[in-house]
Amino acid sequence: MTATPLIEARALTREFVLRRSWLPGSGQVLRAVDRVDLAVHKGETLGLVGESGSGKSTLGRCLTRLIETTDGSVVFDGQDVTRLRARGLRPFRRSVQMIFQDPSSSLNPRRRVGDILSEPLAVHGIRPAREVPGRLRELMDLVGLPAAALDRFPHEFSGGQRQRIGIARALAMEPRLIVADEPVSALDVSVQAQVVNLFADLRERLSLTYLFIAHDLGVVRQVSTRVAIMYLGSVMETGETDTVFDSPAHPYTEALLSAIPVPVADPAARRRRILLKGEIPNAANPPKGCKFVTRCPYAQDVCRAQRPELRPLTDGRLVACHFPRAALFASGAVLA
Amino acid sequence: MLATIVARLGQMVFVMFGISVLVFLIFFATPGSDPAARIAGRNASPETVAQIREDFGFDRPLPVQYAVMMKRLFVTQDLTSFVNRGQKVIPEVLDAIPATLSLVSGAAVLWVLGSLTVGVAAAALRDTAVDRGLMILSLIGISAPVFWLGEVMNLLSQSRYHDTWLFSWVPGLGYVPLSDSVSGWFKALVIPWITLAVLYIGIYGRVLRANLIEAYSEDYIRTARAKGLSPTRIMLRHALRTSLLPFVTMFGLDFGALVGGAALLTEVVFGINGIGRLTFHALQNLDLPVILATVIYASFFVVAANALVDVLYAVIDPRVRA
Amino acid sequence: MSPLLDVRNLRVAFATDGGPVTAVHDVSFTVQPGEVLAIVGESGSGKSVSLLSVLGLVDRRRTVVEGQATFRGEPILNLSERVLRRIRGREIALISQDPMTALTPVHRIGDQIAEQIRAHERVSRQAARDRAVSLLRDVNIPMPERAVDRYPHELSGGMRQRAVIAMALSCNPALLVADEPTTALDTTVQAQVLDMLRRLSAQHDSSVVLITHDMGVVAEMATRVAVMYAGRIVETGTVAELFDDPWHPYTWGLLDSIPPLTGARPRRLPSIAGMPPPPGRTEPGCPFAPRCRAAMPVCYLPPPEQVAGGHRALCVLDAPARAALRPPRVAA
Repeated sequence: MTATPLIEARALTREFVLRRSWLPGSGQVLRAVDRVDLAVHKGETLGLVGESGSGKSTLGRCLTRLIETTDGSVVFDGQDVTRLRARGLRPFRRSVQMIFQDPSSSLNPRRRVGDILSEPLAVHGIRPAREVPGRLRELMDLVGLPAAALDRFPHEFSGGQRQRIGIARALAMEPRLIVADEPVSALDVSVQAQVVNLFADLRERLSLTYLFIAHDLGVVRQVSTRVAIMYLGSVMETGETDTVFDSPAHPYTEALLSAIPVPVADPAARRRRILLKGEIPNAANPPKGCKFVTRCPYAQDVCRAQRPELRPLTDGRLVACHFPRAALFASGAVLA
Repeated sequence: MLATIVARLGQMVFVMFGISVLVFLIFFATPGSDPAARIAGRNASPETVAQIREDFGFDRPLPVQYAVMMKRLFVTQDLTSFVNRGQKVIPEVLDAIPATLSLVSGAAVLWVLGSLTVGVAAAALRDTAVDRGLMILSLIGISAPVFWLGEVMNLLSQSRYHDTWLFSWVPGLGYVPLSDSVSGWFKALVIPWITLAVLYIGIYGRVLRANLIEAYSEDYIRTARAKGLSPTRIMLRHALRTSLLPFVTMFGLDFGALVGGAALLTEVVFGINGIGRLTFHALQNLDLPVILATVIYASFFVVAANALVDVLYAVIDPRVRA
Repeated sequence: MSPLLDVRNLRVAFATDGGPVTAVHDVSFTVQPGEVLAIVGESGSGKSVSLLSVLGLVDRRRTVVEGQATFRGEPILNLSERVLRRIRGREIALISQDPMTALTPVHRIGDQIAEQIRAHERVSRQAARDRAVSLLRDVNIPMPERAVDRYPHELSGGMRQRAVIAMALSCNPALLVADEPTTALDTTVQAQVLDMLRRLSAQHDSSVVLITHDMGVVAEMATRVAVMYAGRIVETGTVAELFDDPWHPYTWGLLDSIPPLTGARPRRLPSIAGMPPPPGRTEPGCPFAPRCRAAMPVCYLPPPEQVAGGHRALCVLDAPARAALRPPRVAA
């Protein structure tokens, strides 16, 4: 992992001001993303997981420059793109494409699929005009839709098909990075599996890099090579997918994994459920010390006093915890 | 809650100041025209114009002119109409206010009650003959021009059937102050109230019906039904309460505009000397001081009505309070 | 033991601009006292509509409901609103999917709970309020004395759903219909709410019909399962039967397409090809046949029912045919 990351967040912070009125000095600062360092390397799929208020979508939007970053920087392929404007940003805009949860609201209902897809080709001058029809058919083929779909309107398709159109539109730009924000969570299970497979196929065929943002841990485990778990604006744990899922080090990851209902009839086949106390705290007023301290079953005094930084464990993953689970387990300090 | 109201009132004062500046600039700082000559009206002598220029300080800087104008409007209240040979403007406006307020408030009571009844009945009996009948009646009410309706009412109650038992109580046209005679005031205004309210009952009734029907497709109405509540309770406590916001918004705008002079047609038809009629005559004579006074008065009323709507919002919907 | 709710041959059709569309075809199921029946299916499968039409909560002017349904032995289908009102809320309570929209935004939580109690029982305002407080305490809402006076928008999604559950339990209903009760909640909150729902339904001795699309939730909560596809129950059985030995190829697909959380990661997820049929389909054959990997010509005729005890499936495949197509899995 010494190569330059494809995209990198460096101490990235994004704040929102809530309830600002016309009185000066009013309003409450909500730090949705709190000094996050995160890198996505070429060819990998980084799964970004978190519950509501974790800041995972905000982070995704900052990385794609859809919204401005309050502090810190976004570095794409070695170049700082945080403050780039219009013209300077164009190559970045082309290289980084976003796919959203609800494909129907991001597709113009009055335009045919073919027009929706050919527009970016023309705007960015990616292909000469005579190559466009062939390229459109190629895109349809890539996402598994018939070429006839080009002549139809978005509303004529089902949710899963519309998401394929959304993917085709992103691919039309021949991007290097795709940021997908909850791309399958609006889909039914049977269709969801098809789209998850499509993501995997495309990565192999087009050697794409993904930042895959989702709350569904099963889906994230299926598509990701590496995962990062966020909670209240901070990354709590990040590492190889199998390492994190097989032996979570952060108590939050552990609890989150144990909370997922597993589709097996035999209760013995399930993880021991760790029921967390309370709710996710208000992101505008996070706990002092470790952000997870209010719900952590293993919290000590030091957790309330001092916020743990992300630090590496021996297996290469990073965890922001004073008492990481897997490490204790490995050293034999805790035996269940 | 209290803080919201105070903040809203502060905002209102600020907006009113802005409006007065804007109105002043439009009237007196329009390039290429002499404000003194415009105040003097048509066919004024050069001496009058010079006198006016002196009185209003039109040879001095704009802020001073503004201050002089506002002082004569609000403090000394001695702004005079030159077209109307020295008639004091402010007392004239103040005299017209009670008539307009009486007319519009009474009509407002009628149209709020009427449209609540129409809207709730139509929504509750949705897709039945009652619903369709009410909606057709509302449409007729909306389409009937108020001056025509007023003339028809006058024709019926003042001449054709005046001598029958039905309309023999109706007094002649004109406004009777409340302080003179309560019953006289009431009798003089009943027919204008109805005339003015018909249009609004139609509009508000239809809007309320649409909002109620939308509310009925909400989850919380299904929850209310699943709780085993009575249809009346579901309608009044759950559907109507949440459907009132657009209703209140419209009411604030319409009430403010009507009190500010938009009831002109009704006032003219029924011979009521209100703000609308005053503005109408001032416009006919290009009586600038009167126009200025009524415009500022009207805009203040619209702003005040909207502030009231915002406060009502907070009463109706807890989500607005915060 | 006679069933609490017995639904037979339920058919629901909606009037649309393009003519009537049948959303539920010939659905039959029972709910026994004390059991948790999960009805699982994807969107548009008719799982919610079946239950809402039994409760008379669909738009009566646009819906035709046919068939029989009895609650405690008495017919319940097409009763007048007046009679149904005494059952709804008191005997059968509903928990809806989205806690953000299920409560009336302009009334306090406590008032909304007390309102339901007072609609069914002659108790004083104060007594109803006290009961609302204790119900809120039962669903683990912190500081219930203060929470009763909160408006819905002042509570988080998880807390609102707890309040909705408290309201549903307020009259000790014999049957709880929970329509996707945790779909809108975060994973860790879902675990808390499911845990609480299981505990309280047992405590109140309520049967539960759990409508969900999540096979994980089914496995955790249910005693019996009915799988719906395109308006029909295609398979029904106990949780053990359905998860350990599913019969219907659609059930196979549903179970297999869930990405696993442990063990080896398949390179590709087994998925069901194609899309669910549009509503209003009228062909007589198996609705799943066009997507089924085991489809054969006979599937375009009305499918036979495979039965073994309580385990039933609407499918032509018998035991040997199933074993050939999907070898039983060894438990991990």
